[in-house]
Amino acid sequence: MGKFRKEGKKEVPQVSTSSLPDIVYMLIFFFMITTSMRDVELRVKTALPKATEIAKLEKKALVSSIYIGPPRDAKLGTESRIQLNDQFARPDDIADWVLQEREARNEADRPFLTTALKVHKETRMGIVTDVKQELRKVGAFRINYTTLKGSALEN
Amino acid sequence: MAKKVPEINSSSQADIAFLLLCFFLMTTSMDVDYGITRRLPPPVEQNVDDVKVKERNVMNVLINKNNKLMVNGRPSDISTLKEDAKYFMTPRPYDETAPEVEPKQIELLGEIMMSKGVISLQNDRGTSYAMYISVQNELARAFNELKEEMAWKHFHKHLDQLNEDQAKAIGEAVPVRVSEAEPVEVQ
Repeated sequence: MGKFRKEGKKEVPQVSTSSLPDIVYMLIFFFMITTSMRDVELRVKTALPKATEIAKLEKKALVSSIYIGPPRDAKLGTESRIQLNDQFARPDDIADWVLQEREARNEADRPFLTTALKVHKETRMGIVTDVKQELRKVGAFRINYTTLKGSALEN
Repeated sequence: MAKKVPEINSSSQADIAFLLLCFFLMTTSMDVDYGITRRLPPPVEQNVDDVKVKERNVMNVLINKNNKLMVNGRPSDISTLKEDAKYFMTPRPYDETAPEVEPKQIELLGEIMMSKGVISLQNDRGTSYAMYISVQNELARAFNELKEEMAWKHFHKHLDQLNEDQAKAIGEAVPVRVSEAEPVEVQ
């Protein structure tokens, strides 16, 4: 038996790691292209409702979001508040905010600007209606009620 | 003869690349947003007379502050709303109680009967957003099913298989007529 065993001669050849950086770089480029960094820190809770008849929000660069929901900070109560950019706002601030968002865009893109409403599902419609009225006044007619996929009857 | 440049040790290149990879892995968010897209109506001028719409052409959907539905003055439920809306919007020329119909010439479809019906949606300030979205969703579903039926009838294709012109024709034949009333002041 022992006759046939070669004593420690046969070694597994080393796996070449010289292509490892290339593989990793490939992954990096993939993530660099698909990444979009979160630009705002959420101060309100936005548990979105569900819906089935939904469409994908195309062209993220042309979408600006309004967040409405109860504040994350429990000290601020449970009443739903509006968040624009990084801070709380009142409905009166929306007109200025829309103008700012428009200014930041290319002139050719401005008519296609969409406002995404990311609203907590337990919010009362009163505040949403106020926001919608403000948007109408300033001419931001394209809106999107952002939702999750799922049966609306479960809401 | 040029001086020989010593080779740079590249064994740490992988580590650097991994570091970058980790960074992008952490910061990436690949969530795609989905939602119901709507167009708000332009603001109404004060002192403009309301456009009179015949009562038979309107389906009134009310949501009260307790998230209860009322359709044309009768209590209703979200589970039947889609069918109600679909039945209401289906052109029925010989039904006196149904919305009026008018013939319309549409490219690719020929002359078809179009309902003049409008669904009017009104909510209270106390309605929950989830309920509002459910109702919007059910109404959208009713219109989408009507479109689907129309697409099957005329082109023998599903809605998402239509080409651009066909989709446009169907969109013209079944316009999404959901009107949201001006918010009423709550006493």
